[in-house]
Amino acid sequence: MSYEERNVWVMFVVSVLAYAVYVAVVLTRARDVPLTEVAYVGPLLWSIGGAIVVSILASIGVGLANRRDGHLTDQRDKEINRVGERTGQSFVVIGALAAMVLALLEADWFWIANVIYLCFVLSAVLSSMTKLAAYRQDFSTW
Amino acid sequence: MVKPPTRVTNTIRTLRFAHGEMTQAELAERIGVTRQTVIAIEQGRYSPSLEMAFQIARVFGVPLDDVFQYPG
Repeated sequence: MSYEERNVWVMFVVSVLAYAVYVAVVLTRARDVPLTEVAYVGPLLWSIGGAIVVSILASIGVGLANRRDGHLTDQRDKEINRVGERTGQSFVVIGALAAMVLALLEADWFWIANVIYLCFVLSAVLSSMTKLAAYRQDFSTW
Repeated sequence: MVKPPTRVTNTIRTLRFAHGEMTQAELAERIGVTRQTVIAIEQGRYSPSLEMAFQIARVFGVPLDDVFQYPG
């Protein structure tokens, strides 16, 4: 597995885990109060910040573990990255549109913040899965 | 609809063995890519750019047609 592919795995796992922890915390707090009244801002910020810090540390770890094979990023890595990012970007647009619609409908800030975060996570997951599929399958005709 | 796999074939594996059993890692280093990319090209899972294809042919000292083939 190449250095870049390992980093894609890191991104995928960290994104999913961070969001899963956030959802678990919010749902746990929602046992006693309605969902829109849950104190979600702290867990959301910790989840995003934690994911960034963990992914940086994990990337450093991958770099250290991959010293023998080097940290080369070649043309195939760049092409796969481009295809993956383009695929994942669709969810960023969907998230922005969904947030705009919710704002126009004067929905609770809870829903606006959460739809944006969910779409960020879906974007990262879709992007990572596309890249991993490209690394593993026939990329010659993409 | 699933796209058919590429029709481009190559003889990189044969050429490597004909050139002193050159390893995939050695070839990768000489053309400046990762070993995984050489593996993907050999297996037809990735079509290299024209420039990379010429670099591979130059490593083996053969014309491009001897490395990559496209059936008519």
